[in-house]
Amino acid sequence: MKEDLVLPAPREAATDSPGEPLLQVEGLVKHFPVKGGFPIRRTVGAVQAVDGIDLSVHVGESFGLVGESGCGKSTTGRLITRLMEPTGGKISYRGKDITRASRKQLAPVRSEIQMIFQDPYSSLNPRQTVGKIISGPMEINGIEPEGGRDKRVRELLETVGLNPEHFNRFPHEFSGGQRQRIGVARALALNPKLIVADEPVSALDVSIQAQVVNLLQKVQKELGIAFLFIAHDLAVVRHFSQRVAVMYLGKIIEVGDRDSIYTRPRHPYTHALLSAVPEVNLGDGETGGRERIRLAGDVPSPINPPSGCRFRTRCWKAQDKCAAEEPPLIQISGNREGHLTACHFPEEPTIEARDEDIVLDPALAALEEAAAED
Amino acid sequence: MTSPIDIEGGGTSVVVDGEQEPKTKPEEAKQLEGRSPGQLMWIRFKRDRTGVICAWVVLFYFTVSLLAPLIAKLYGKNPYTLYGVDPQHADAHPVLDDFGLPLGYFGGVSGDHWFGVEPQFGRDVFTMLLYGMRTSLYMALGVTVLLVVTGVIVGLIGGYFGGRTDYFLGRVTDFFLSFPQQLFFIAFMPVVTAFFVDPREETPTYFRALAILIVLWLLGWMPISRLVRSTVLSLREREFVEAAKVAGASPWRIVRKELLPNVVSPILIQFTYQLPSTILTIAFLSFAGVGFVEPTPDWGRMFATGADVAEQDPAFMFFPGVALVIFVLCFNLLGDSVRDALDPKSGR
Repeated sequence: MKEDLVLPAPREAATDSPGEPLLQVEGLVKHFPVKGGFPIRRTVGAVQAVDGIDLSVHVGESFGLVGESGCGKSTTGRLITRLMEPTGGKISYRGKDITRASRKQLAPVRSEIQMIFQDPYSSLNPRQTVGKIISGPMEINGIEPEGGRDKRVRELLETVGLNPEHFNRFPHEFSGGQRQRIGVARALALNPKLIVADEPVSALDVSIQAQVVNLLQKVQKELGIAFLFIAHDLAVVRHFSQRVAVMYLGKIIEVGDRDSIYTRPRHPYTHALLSAVPEVNLGDGETGGRERIRLAGDVPSPINPPSGCRFRTRCWKAQDKCAAEEPPLIQISGNREGHLTACHFPEEPTIEARDEDIVLDPALAALEEAAAED
Repeated sequence: MTSPIDIEGGGTSVVVDGEQEPKTKPEEAKQLEGRSPGQLMWIRFKRDRTGVICAWVVLFYFTVSLLAPLIAKLYGKNPYTLYGVDPQHADAHPVLDDFGLPLGYFGGVSGDHWFGVEPQFGRDVFTMLLYGMRTSLYMALGVTVLLVVTGVIVGLIGGYFGGRTDYFLGRVTDFFLSFPQQLFFIAFMPVVTAFFVDPREETPTYFRALAILIVLWLLGWMPISRLVRSTVLSLREREFVEAAKVAGASPWRIVRKELLPNVVSPILIQFTYQLPSTILTIAFLSFAGVGFVEPTPDWGRMFATGADVAEQDPAFMFFPGVALVIFVLCFNLLGDSVRDALDPKSGR
């Protein structure tokens, strides 16, 4: 299969993403040292939270990053906003290298890259009024908008669908959804070009999730802000993102436009992930219209990830080659342009039901067998 | 997520979120001002009757001691005159018998000397107590403020910056904690005094006060620093600190604007517990003979005198003792109330 690989030019590949890359990440690495030993504590290993990822976000684009818990999504977000120091790799914003920039050097870029946090209960300072929270970034960056900061705060509150009169209230007087809107308003205060949204809706009630996602979408479309949308909820990402990257154990294993990822996935892990999304089937009876894959076991430890392809320990197609060679993230024949997959033995580009379900979980397999015998 | 609700046009979402209530009535419009955690705390505190009474008592003590000279003037006595020995007073109104014990009942309580007189010299107990309270309370206030400020600074810096800074500050804290406090108070007081004042000369009173301040301060700031550090350690992982960092805030601004307001509650609670115990410590120092000396009126010294004459004149101990018990009790109860008001979840 390797023979008919088409090597793409990954950065410019995405056809339906408008404009030049705003943010470009190359080979980003973050290892957290693991200390141990007595009496002298040494670094005995590293949690390879993010291990060499490439991605690019274009102007005004919303880029989704999905993956299961602990795969390094949030770390990636924090690295891009420079809340953490990367171990290696390069982050450039509008062609400017910001990987190692100090706080002062970052100052001009700071206002353009903002972040929305996961937990609305801990992301707002309980001792500050909403007005102070939202005007804080303006104050720090010395921005004096027309008509004063107070007016701008009121406008922002209105933009995010809150009553501008709630200006003087404190965060504890708001519900989770409202608090998240305040977080959005704070991120918007500086007119950013890129917002890193780290699971912005996963802490919210399902009924509120839709509102916040729609708010973000409205903001994205009306203000032309690019989003790096980190989530584990595939449906939310599908609703929100134009391009999607799938992460597994610190690596991007598949990236492409939304339709490619959701309807023509190639990587077995993406298949498994998509098949795990619950679906409402009307009238079909037992056999749904989609494939069914049940993986077994847990994600391997990022301290000691498997050799070669990181998914091989849980993959039903794994062969010797997978352990020996790490598959590159490339465009496999049959993929659309910009749809890159890191797999030696990719799946068929479909999510239709298979002849036989893939059930790797032994307990579940036994159950199913017993049920079949009855 | 299958049927997202449209926000812009959706009346439903507004109702779900409980925001934008239908047109507020004019009198309600004023109430849109939010209540800060501080205001809520104040409201909770005002509901606690024990706390309010204790606060008034404590306030009364501070006012009385602040106004000690004025009260003494109105009352017409002062704590330095020896009413029992000075012929000017003793001849006209004798207050002591031949053995130097107060005449009359209960330590010589009379219209002239409301709380009686001191045995041997015949000084007025009421004014001695007033002035003694003044010395003790304001010394304790000064010491406590110093302790809290030092503890907060060390704790904030150690907790926020972590790593090497925290390690270094932590070891310094441990070092100071390892001193046996009571022993060192007694042992260090003469050392500190001798360090600054020639032993052959008399130590001025202000310098004794300063020495007490220094010793209590050096050996007392550690618990508060520990407390603040641990609070800051948990706070700095909160996302609002990260949000400030993303906005480009300097570490100084984060410490001042984001962290400090959030450690005010534990600091306030600690302050109200610290003050009465400092008063007791200062009294203990004077009692042990290393604090204030004659003729400076001091609470602790009154107990020392009281202990000496306890067999002949037990009444002498009564007034300072009752005053101290009431004060410490009220201040501790006040501390409890403040804790309850600031931290309603902790419960008892």
